[in-house]
Amino acid sequence: MVLSDNDLQALVLTAKLASLVTVILFITGTPIAWWLARTQSRWKGILGAVVALPLVLPPSVLGFYLLLAMGPDGPLGHFTQAIGIEPLPFSFEGLVLASVFYSLPFMVQPVQNAFEAIGDRPLEVAATLRASPLNAFFTVALPLALPGFLTAGILTFAHTVGEFGVVLMIGGNIPGITRVASVQIYDHVEAMEYSEAHRLAAIMLIFSFLVLLAVYAWRPGSKRK
Amino acid sequence: MRGAPDQRGNERVTHDKIKASFKVNWPGFSLAIDMVIPGRGVTALFGQSGSGKTTLLRCIAGLERAEHGFLSFKGEIWQNGKTWLPPHKRPLGYVFQEASLFPHLTVLGNLHYGRKRISEAQQTSLDPVIELFGIGHLLDRKPDRLSGGERQRVGIARALAVNPQILLMDEPLAALDLARKQEILPYLEQLRDQFDIPIIYVSHSPDEVARLADYIVALDGGAIVAEGVLTDLLSRLDFPVRLGEDAGVVLEAEVIERDERWHLARVGFPGGSLWTRDKGIPVGRKVRVRVLARDISVSNDDSDRSSILNVLPGRVDAIADDEHSGLALVRVKLGQTLLIARVTKRSAFSLGLTQGQRVWLQIKSVALLE
Repeated sequence: MVLSDNDLQALVLTAKLASLVTVILFITGTPIAWWLARTQSRWKGILGAVVALPLVLPPSVLGFYLLLAMGPDGPLGHFTQAIGIEPLPFSFEGLVLASVFYSLPFMVQPVQNAFEAIGDRPLEVAATLRASPLNAFFTVALPLALPGFLTAGILTFAHTVGEFGVVLMIGGNIPGITRVASVQIYDHVEAMEYSEAHRLAAIMLIFSFLVLLAVYAWRPGSKRK
Repeated sequence: MRGAPDQRGNERVTHDKIKASFKVNWPGFSLAIDMVIPGRGVTALFGQSGSGKTTLLRCIAGLERAEHGFLSFKGEIWQNGKTWLPPHKRPLGYVFQEASLFPHLTVLGNLHYGRKRISEAQQTSLDPVIELFGIGHLLDRKPDRLSGGERQRVGIARALAVNPQILLMDEPLAALDLARKQEILPYLEQLRDQFDIPIIYVSHSPDEVARLADYIVALDGGAIVAEGVLTDLLSRLDFPVRLGEDAGVVLEAEVIERDERWHLARVGFPGGSLWTRDKGIPVGRKVRVRVLARDISVSNDDSDRSSILNVLPGRVDAIADDEHSGLALVRVKLGQTLLIARVTKRSAFSLGLTQGQRVWLQIKSVALLE
């Protein structure tokens, strides 16, 4: 199976986008998941709902609002102008930011569930063994939630790979910058290049299946506590 | 396990106590406690479930924060108004009802978790703890490969590995079956006898309290209903927590004779002595003897020849109603020692029991708690 340079470029871009988004979400999603798992605040429900919105919103709706926010009159647009960087729409950075929002629930929810499953007890034990709350988080909560993190990472990566609507709204279709694999397939089909579309589509299909297989069949330690 | 003895030795003279006062008001539960307990030996927080004993222990550990509270440990303030020492800064060890070992660490990893977080000066060898709890062969195992009893032994050893100045234990035996309880109890007795560390022990089991405690704080409905030295408190006829079949006294005694032919041992206490099964305890050893009220019967003379070995003379000190309306508790004084017998009110009437009357106690069973 021979891939054209364009196809390869799209695949590499997709992998780059998904990796970057997954890393960013590990860092930003974990505190959100921790807060949601531990808080008794009445804001919990509201933040939980906001995090889950991308699950039900059409990607075009999310993309539309993000486009407005990033545009010259939006708050993010004002910000990028103020600090003197390129506008976010139709840039790779804009695509990353949009994907972070779009994939947020896929990171937060599994990690939140993992944190909730741990309960208070191991952290109380850590406290009686002289561990500060932050120390207990890194030495007890993180290791115990590891299966949840694996699931979350895999799902986030895969979901970002499969993104299409938000990409079209925010990134458009610029080769090497915003043209990811899903858009490339769309282009092939538009151009009636079915065999090229087949190749990429088959790669996506196999990848997605393997990812889900990893999540459902091989979850290390998730059954044991 | 004696951290900086010379320094604390001085403090002990002046600040020998643990003072605690907490007010907690949660939906459906409230706690109002004000107590001063000894800074050494085993203090039992004793009461039925829901009496607030675990909450009190958690307040002492800092795992709960009572809005209004004061806590000082041998002169150090742990909580007072806005001052509140977080749990990880309190020099304590805590044993949970379930061993709650970290599943991602080996036994040794669990033991080291707290130990490596204390200052090097305070780190003492783990060997005595590992030896006391007999866990040397388990060090490389993960907790899911331990039995329930082994897990709890590791849990207690882990709490001791931080070289704490006080050990808090929240019903450490309650999650175990009877056989496991019997497995752990001797370790707890050795812990009490070999480590010079005050222990606060939460329990609803009169049996455990009788074996382990020196001092009792009895709780009911979030308040202290009785407090005192174990032997004194258990000889009260109005002990406010329902003891049922477990009503009875505990005596501090000493082995004074061993009869090798009949495999019996005689233990003496101020005012008398009792024969009991010989458990191999040498003469001269201090022991604790538990005599349950249901195991004592009262008669007007000693003429009855029966299989009962222990028949002791005494004087009726007091008579009180028992929990069941057909039963009475009769407290009898032998020298300085008080024993409590449970009799039916009909028997008390037909024997004509009155205060000061001379009676004979027939004691059917004596439990030696080494």
